[in-house]
Amino acid sequence: MEHVNIFIKAVFIENMIFAYFLGMCSYLAISKTVKNAVGLGSAVIFVLAVSVPVCYLMENYLLKAGALSWLSKDYANLDLSFLSFIMYIAVIAAITQLVEMAVEKFAPALYMALGIFLPLIAVNCSILGGALFMQEREYASLGEATVFGLGSGVGWFIAIVAISAIREKIRYSNVPGPLRGLGIAFILTGLMGIAFMSFMGIKI
Amino acid sequence: MSTETTIAPIKVREPREPLFSTRNKKLINDPLNNSNPITVQVLGICSALAVTVQMKPSIVMALSVMVVTAFSNLVISAIRNIIPDRIRIIVQLTIVAALVILVDQVLKAFVYDVSKQLSVFVGLIITNCIVMGRLEAFAMGNKPWPSFLDGIGNGLGYGLILVLVSAVREFFGSGKLMGFQLVPDAFYKMGYFNNGFVILPPMALILVGIIIWIQRSRNPKLIEPN
Repeated sequence: MEHVNIFIKAVFIENMIFAYFLGMCSYLAISKTVKNAVGLGSAVIFVLAVSVPVCYLMENYLLKAGALSWLSKDYANLDLSFLSFIMYIAVIAAITQLVEMAVEKFAPALYMALGIFLPLIAVNCSILGGALFMQEREYASLGEATVFGLGSGVGWFIAIVAISAIREKIRYSNVPGPLRGLGIAFILTGLMGIAFMSFMGIKI
Repeated sequence: MSTETTIAPIKVREPREPLFSTRNKKLINDPLNNSNPITVQVLGICSALAVTVQMKPSIVMALSVMVVTAFSNLVISAIRNIIPDRIRIIVQLTIVAALVILVDQVLKAFVYDVSKQLSVFVGLIITNCIVMGRLEAFAMGNKPWPSFLDGIGNGLGYGLILVLVSAVREFFGSGKLMGFQLVPDAFYKMGYFNNGFVILPPMALILVGIIIWIQRSRNPKLIEPN
């Protein structure tokens, strides 16, 4: 039950885009058509669901205070958590690279569809943000961390698909000149964020 | 926008120093206005919005980003000719991450409460698109000194938007600026209420949207084709 709660919380209440604005750069840049948005969104789900648990393992068996005690008693009072940024970004860059190679080998059609978006994910703030939130919230088990990663990815997917659908439609509307493109996308995201805030009342 | 005041000290030193030639000054001036990283280049929006509830954290954030951008630009530009092209992203990320760790430790040591308030967003400077974007677009092809100035300029442009948004949000949201109360108590007694809506996260997006609107109506060249 705990896992379901974490999932729902990550998708709706603590949505990466509407509550924390993480991954906004690619969110605004790639949301011009629904097709591309679906491609990037699925890639983000995948990378988040893989990298958050890996970072969880690193945090608990390498970086946290006393995490190295499985190695030898001498290391029990080592605290390497100041290294977490550099370790996480290295893990994420490596996983993105791995995912890219795996997708290229086993699903060439998907690889062609995702194109440039796959390598771009390494610098998507929502991935590093997911890992850092995982560290800050101290999830109890590997399962919880995985569910949190998956949920954040799904939340990001929903957000980018929704905005791209709206932006496809709004092209036919009479938006004031200076607001066209970027400006209206910002305001739309704000309004969608207000809508998503209605989930905040839910206590789980 | 009141950009002139921020860059005045640099202009004073300018005449005799070739270090601040017209071209180099442009590197600092442009990001403040016509190529602002947030409103025009669409870089670094992620962190810009989440930290702008109050002015103090956003100023600290802007300074941190400026330091990281400037010094990563400087370092990468100094070694740009010996970085193998295929692994440049990893090299860049490593240098940026090392700088961010430094900034994070300094913040934790000197302004602990602000660093707690910023929580994960200091770490997220690593993936801040301004840093990576300027590294790729400028530092990889220019000499160290212009790259350094470019980093400072883009950091200032980013900071300008942050300060504008956070000033509006803090003033209307809690009647304060930098933690000092500006709306007198008499107003509250007469029935004035703080606008709680401005503190909510979505309002930051709408404010940036409005800033873009103002900027583009002043400068029609920036308007996107439909």
